[in-house]
Amino acid sequence: MSSSKYSAREITLPQQPALIELRNFACERDERMLFNSLNALFYAGQVVQILGANGSGKTTLLRILAGVSSDYQGEILWQGQALATCAWEYANETLYLGHLPGIKKSLTPMENLRWYAAVQSSARQSDVNQVEKFTTGVNDEVLLRSLAEVNLAGYEDTLCYQLSAGQLRRVALARLVFSTAKLWILDEPFTALDKAGVVLLESRLASHATAGGVVLVTSHQDISVPDLQQLNLQHFTGSKLTPDCAETFANG
Amino acid sequence: MANSPFWSTFRRDLILVFRHKTDMVNPLVFFLIAISMIPLAIGPETALLIRIAPGIIWVMALLATLLSLDNLFRSDFDDGSLEQLLIAPYPLFFSVLAKVTVHWLATGLPLTLLAPLLGVMLSLPASAFGALCCSLFIGTAAMSLIGAVGAALTVGLRKGGLLISLIVMPLYIPVLIFGASAVQAAVLGEPFSLQLAVLGAGLALALVLAPFAAAGALRVSVNG
Repeated sequence: MSSSKYSAREITLPQQPALIELRNFACERDERMLFNSLNALFYAGQVVQILGANGSGKTTLLRILAGVSSDYQGEILWQGQALATCAWEYANETLYLGHLPGIKKSLTPMENLRWYAAVQSSARQSDVNQVEKFTTGVNDEVLLRSLAEVNLAGYEDTLCYQLSAGQLRRVALARLVFSTAKLWILDEPFTALDKAGVVLLESRLASHATAGGVVLVTSHQDISVPDLQQLNLQHFTGSKLTPDCAETFANG
Repeated sequence: MANSPFWSTFRRDLILVFRHKTDMVNPLVFFLIAISMIPLAIGPETALLIRIAPGIIWVMALLATLLSLDNLFRSDFDDGSLEQLLIAPYPLFFSVLAKVTVHWLATGLPLTLLAPLLGVMLSLPASAFGALCCSLFIGTAAMSLIGAVGAALTVGLRKGGLLISLIVMPLYIPVLIFGASAVQAAVLGEPFSLQLAVLGAGLALALVLAPFAAAGALRVSVNG
């Protein structure tokens, strides 16, 4: 991990806070504890694979972190701040790709991506200094290049109805190419991808981590990314919620 | 401006409406068929038809709107783009407003434009056409907004159709009463600006409150 490599030299500097911190995190579904006393720190530059058996709460954890679900106990800290105080910045820095690819089948890949480009980058407009970057940043040219990068060149104006499941997944993954978000939350992104697609996505994850981002990803496959971190949710299953579990603080 | 999330969602939904014309035509066909049945069923007595025309047109417009509501958030929910809209760094209020605006353009506005034609069928006097169009113009917009709350509450349920009707119907009743009464007044040659004013006030209220309520309801629906 690049941050630990320099820590000896920069020991006098205050340590960079974790990008995301989960404190005493717990989630209960249908009177069943999915995970309990989960404490974890995610630093810039990490690719973290969330592990766990089917039904162990991987998707639930990712949905909570993405902001889709708010059904949890405990704290989420973004760059050392409670999530409630920086929800907007957090939403701005997060890209979530769920189980469902979120692609409209009666639109073309370009129309789908145009919408995502507008909805994702809304923050850039309110930031006066970056208006120019926004208007010139994500234009059709960038989107075309993103589609070419996921090997969908030539399909820009085909209705998504006519694409295969793997190609639909690639349309969704094209969002990763033009995204400026720091935190990527990817739920089973390898589903339906062919071998070349898997390699492409792995290299994309690695380059995002090198650029200072964080990737949280669930997958039942082995992911070959340098310095892959793993978080196994099954280590945090607890049948009951103890009131003093705050004392069992430990870094995941 | 053209790239703002509001217009982007607006444009996307408009394209979707044009790609799924049947969804848009369905309520209109219902409106057309149901009203053209009335004179056949109760006979072509002009006096009677004039008496019931305002109520019939308004009730059918209400039912046609109700018919189209379930689709408002359903397809976005099914393909996962609703989640993306929820977590986008943009107020959900405006995203909902964009979707409702498109819904109104695709159902409420065509209903309004179609209504005079059906008025002729029910031998509604021409003097009442203005009131009919104005009241439907405002009323269908209010109904789209109010209906969005019901659609948002039931989007997580597999079979939400009946529930939407139960939730939304009571809220539609004031719109129905004032809308139909505006047309009734016009038929009798009385002023109807009071009813339109009340409808307008209702629309203003719905415009401010309904997207908030729908946004909150969407968060609850998707959360589950």
